[in-house]
Amino acid sequence: MMQIPCIHCGLRDESEFTCGGTSHIARPGLDQSDEIWGAYLFLRDNPKGLHFERWRHTQGCGQWFNLARSTVTHEILSVYGIADLPPP
Amino acid sequence: MTSSRLAAPYGQRIDRSRQLSFEFNGRSMNGHPGDTLASALLANGVRLVGRSFKLHRPRGIYSCGVEEPNALVDLGDGATRTPNMRATQVELYEGLAAASVNCWPSVEFDLGAINSRISALLPAGFYYKTFKWPNWHLFEPAVRRMAGLGRASGECDRDRYEEAAAQAEVLIIGGGLAGLSAAVAAAEAGADTVLLASSQALGGALGWQSDPEIDDLILRARRSGVRQMTRTLAFGIYDHNLVCARETLHSPAAHAPAGGVLRERLWKIRARAVIVAAGSFERPMIFPNNDRPGVMLAGAAEKYAHAFGVACGQRVVIAANSDSAYRVAASMLAAGIDVIALVDRRPQADIGADGVPVRTLMSAGIAKVGGTRAVEECTVISTELDGVRPERLQCDSILSAGGHAPAVHLHSQAGGKLRWLEESSMFVPDGPAPGVWSAGACAGLFSRDAVASHAAELGLALARGLAPPPAAVGGAGRSLAATHVPGLAGKQFVDLQNDVAVGDIGLAAQENYRSVEHLKRYTTTGMGTDQGKTSNVNALVLMGEYTAREPAEVGTTKFRPPFAPVTLGLIAGRRVGALYRPLKILPAQEWHRARGALFEQFGSWVRPSAYPRANETLESAAQREAGAVRRTAGVLDGSPLGKLEIFGPDAAHFLDLMYVGTMSNLIPGQARYGLLLNENGIVVDDGIVARLGPQHYWVNTTSAGVERTAAAFEEWLQCEYTSLRVLVTPVTSRWGNVTVAGPRSWAWLESAGFDPALAPGSMGHMSIQESRLDGLPLRVLRVSFSGELGYEINLPAEHTAALLERLWARADEFSAVPYGIEALEIMRTEKGFIHIGTDTDGTTLPQDIGFARALERKAANFVGRRSLLRPAARDPDRLQLVALSPADGRTLLPVGAQLAAALPPTQTEGHVTSSYWSPELNCPVALGLLARGTQRLGESVRVHHLGKVIDARVVKAPFIDPKGERLHG
Repeated sequence: MMQIPCIHCGLRDESEFTCGGTSHIARPGLDQSDEIWGAYLFLRDNPKGLHFERWRHTQGCGQWFNLARSTVTHEILSVYGIADLPPP
Repeated sequence: MTSSRLAAPYGQRIDRSRQLSFEFNGRSMNGHPGDTLASALLANGVRLVGRSFKLHRPRGIYSCGVEEPNALVDLGDGATRTPNMRATQVELYEGLAAASVNCWPSVEFDLGAINSRISALLPAGFYYKTFKWPNWHLFEPAVRRMAGLGRASGECDRDRYEEAAAQAEVLIIGGGLAGLSAAVAAAEAGADTVLLASSQALGGALGWQSDPEIDDLILRARRSGVRQMTRTLAFGIYDHNLVCARETLHSPAAHAPAGGVLRERLWKIRARAVIVAAGSFERPMIFPNNDRPGVMLAGAAEKYAHAFGVACGQRVVIAANSDSAYRVAASMLAAGIDVIALVDRRPQADIGADGVPVRTLMSAGIAKVGGTRAVEECTVISTELDGVRPERLQCDSILSAGGHAPAVHLHSQAGGKLRWLEESSMFVPDGPAPGVWSAGACAGLFSRDAVASHAAELGLALARGLAPPPAAVGGAGRSLAATHVPGLAGKQFVDLQNDVAVGDIGLAAQENYRSVEHLKRYTTTGMGTDQGKTSNVNALVLMGEYTAREPAEVGTTKFRPPFAPVTLGLIAGRRVGALYRPLKILPAQEWHRARGALFEQFGSWVRPSAYPRANETLESAAQREAGAVRRTAGVLDGSPLGKLEIFGPDAAHFLDLMYVGTMSNLIPGQARYGLLLNENGIVVDDGIVARLGPQHYWVNTTSAGVERTAAAFEEWLQCEYTSLRVLVTPVTSRWGNVTVAGPRSWAWLESAGFDPALAPGSMGHMSIQESRLDGLPLRVLRVSFSGELGYEINLPAEHTAALLERLWARADEFSAVPYGIEALEIMRTEKGFIHIGTDTDGTTLPQDIGFARALERKAANFVGRRSLLRPAARDPDRLQLVALSPADGRTLLPVGAQLAAALPPTQTEGHVTSSYWSPELNCPVALGLLARGTQRLGESVRVHHLGKVIDARVVKAPFIDPKGERLHG
């Protein structure tokens, strides 16, 4: 069980959080093709290493935020606001 | 008697002044406080304790700890029985009752032992190869009966288990010299230090005898504030330095109170730094019949003598590949045990061989062991061509000292790498794992001074947050990688618990298994309750020999938690029984009970399903209640209905984005039914949305869906529509809901004192009003799920029972009844109203349930809309909601029954989703999902149910009151 630094509440156990999967996915409009819509719904990269993902501190402040995590070591490299761009 | 008790001072751990009586396989015996079951059995001369997993060979006690492969027992009986306990770790208590596993009718005479006579026919992969044709499942029951270990109780465990959390700056796992040294250094440097020790006493291997250095460290640990937890086994290291440990609090005692005892506690400890000081296991020697009772790890024999005062034999031969054998030989001699010979696989010893007055045979091995149920003799041969001639030695025990295997399990679990230390033939940690450092024997350190000083440096550095020093590996002396003599006849076991012999490893190599993970699965070596603690290194060394690779190239299998078996009770903790899934109780539960409610579980809520009178069943009560609501009036506790309040200048726009319908054009006071979809377009929830003010909405969701819906709203607001100024507040438990329905419902409310402004004449259907009753704030919706004139009165939850009582006081006057969920289900089915999740499934789109026109009317985007434009969403063959009626007007259509034109096997066209007997129409009514359903009004369908066929017809919904006139009372 990881420890996740909530941007509002600080370091808490993973069991307080909900993972929302990959972050920074743009939502296509109604006029986009079935392929683009299908990719938005179902296709995700499965990177070995750095992954930007969104989490909600469900059992705490209830806020969503982004974090950068290594999928290999579970090291959390940074946390940042939900509307912020990923760190370089 | 070959094994027996030694006189004091041997037996540091036991209290000879007291006796404990216990039973083993029905035989009464005695031991002392401090004994383990294994030490007590040995003291009573018991050598045969179990039968092996596959071949049912006789087996004895092999070790003195967690690594035990043989001596598994079922402990206790009835509800307290715990299977597959290692006798070496069971602390003896008065009244203990243990039984051998995997033998029938008894461990002495075991019919399954026929397997060992035909063992040549049962090599690795035997089952895979043999029981393929015609079908494994034909053979499976018999094979499963023959194989296996202990039996689970089958009764409910009455004992209790709990969970606790802790934090530490420095957490030390292991209470031996290394662990104590590290803990004392860390705590004296001011760190918050926790020390876990799996045994009941600190000291580790040095604690078997009295040792002044250990005594001093224990004293310093106490003074410096080390939090010591004994009988606490760390079984797993998880992400970010979370260590899980099992604290044993109470044995499954025979005389436990009826309510059970608190048996174990699961500790979840988060530590800034972890020091693993878990010691090492002894690696056994491999020789023919090396599984006979009387063959034992040498270090275990030494511990039984010192700690428990037990001589494991009277005449021992030591089979060696390590200098530790010489120390054991000296110990045995000092205890008055004859050491017949020390048979060393190596050409010479390195250290400690001098001055031990035993007969030593170098470059030699054991070629044969005589005796079936116990060792009686062995034959020793030279491994060199010009060596001495084979010789038979009379002995009752063979002690096995093949070298050391550091307990790298936790280090590996934490992601640490290993390297092969050639001279001592062992895997040692290759640097620390992230956040986890090893100390002492598990780090590959075996010289006493180096262990103590390295551990202390480690503890000090980690306490101060400095870079710790690397471990100076060594001190174990030289061991050969190979612990067996090639080319000998007879079964030479690598893995005792799984009956894996040298030949099985050879067969796997011959059949081209290369990966050590495949080797494990094919031969089963390293599986079972001991997870190969005594066999893994030997198995992969052999695999290397057969495939011309170094052990480092072969590698190890992945070490996974748990390090040792843990009970399911420990993992479940208190989440059992009523706490397995805590249920929600209505605020007015007692009022319902007093009315004779029959409670049932609906989702996570306990609700009245009906209020049966004398001689009524649930069904007949529901028929009566539904009939009464249609004729007069009824009251339902609707408190579980999901309730959200939505505030903010963008609330209206936000709800348009969430719902299939449009909510922004509601004027304050109006209410509308809405469907919620997910992004795949699937209908996931529904309910009434009412507008209380320009920036304030009251949203009802399904009872089960409110948390999900609130979470979805939050995610859309926070992650997608970040500029909208909206606040979502879940208020389900804050507001009670008293639903009153039926033609006389307003008259009933009016007589109870409700504001005349709520009368049907002034308050329209699908509207909301804030009102008051005796000063109590109410939110009253005029809506209906029954099709009758109906009011949903929301009020502060704690007043729900009082309002129900107030109405109840006037119920007779209006022939009103309380009604439950069952009556509500009857009435909504009569009206053709859907229940999400019952009449819809994970494929249902809004157009499948009659919302095609609503979609056409709305131009704006909403969640899931794009998915409704896919070709599959517009497929005319989709399952669509229909009303169904049996052709004979009498037969109920069973829920779940399949709709198909032909007899099965055939393609199904849909199924029945809701079905009730209508008291109003005096005939069955049903809803279903049917392919092209909306095009098939009036058509006949065939309903298939368990071999019966019922003819039915697609009819027009609703079944009653198609014009909706009853809504007005």
